[in-house]
Amino acid sequence: MEIVQIVSIGIVSTILVVLLRQWNRPEFAIIISIVTGIFIISMLLDKLKFIIDTLSQLTRYTNIEYGYFTTMLKIIGIAYIVEFGAEISRDAGEDAIASKVELGGKIIIMVLAMPILLALMDLIIKILP
Amino acid sequence: MNVDLIFKIASIGILLSILHTLLDNAGKEEFAFITTLVGVVIVFGAVIGLISKLFDSIKTLFQLY
Repeated sequence: MEIVQIVSIGIVSTILVVLLRQWNRPEFAIIISIVTGIFIISMLLDKLKFIIDTLSQLTRYTNIEYGYFTTMLKIIGIAYIVEFGAEISRDAGEDAIASKVELGGKIIIMVLAMPILLALMDLIIKILP
Repeated sequence: MNVDLIFKIASIGILLSILHTLLDNAGKEEFAFITTLVGVVIVFGAVIGLISKLFDSIKTLFQLY
């Protein structure tokens, strides 16, 4: 049962973080929360791989262009990484840095999504008489 | 993936907290500061490899090259 493992890691590290905050060691509290996040995400990576393999198989069944699927995958990956980084900064009380990290993620996702937008525009222009 | 690292970091933090209090009470504030700095550097050195490993595996999983 992986879920029990994940929840127990979360509980134990929460207790440790609260203990360290109490004893005026916020830097170690942040590092513990980073390590906990890394452990939990690494546990989930295998499952995520399975989901992505299934989705890519589904994409191959339909005749959607495969490049679009890759772009979507990249966007999801960027969203996960940005979330990870921004949450760490927000936990440490640095809301400004967190929103800048999120802004960077949004802009890079926008750049990646531009070809899809252009393809959509092409389609609309083709349909219009 | 071993969860021992979390306990190791927490124990280093608690130990440094005690050391900090001791050195503060002994009137050696500068040493207290240096011990905190060294502890943070040691722990962050252990963690930075994990972060880069996580990012590498996310990069290969989501085909972000």
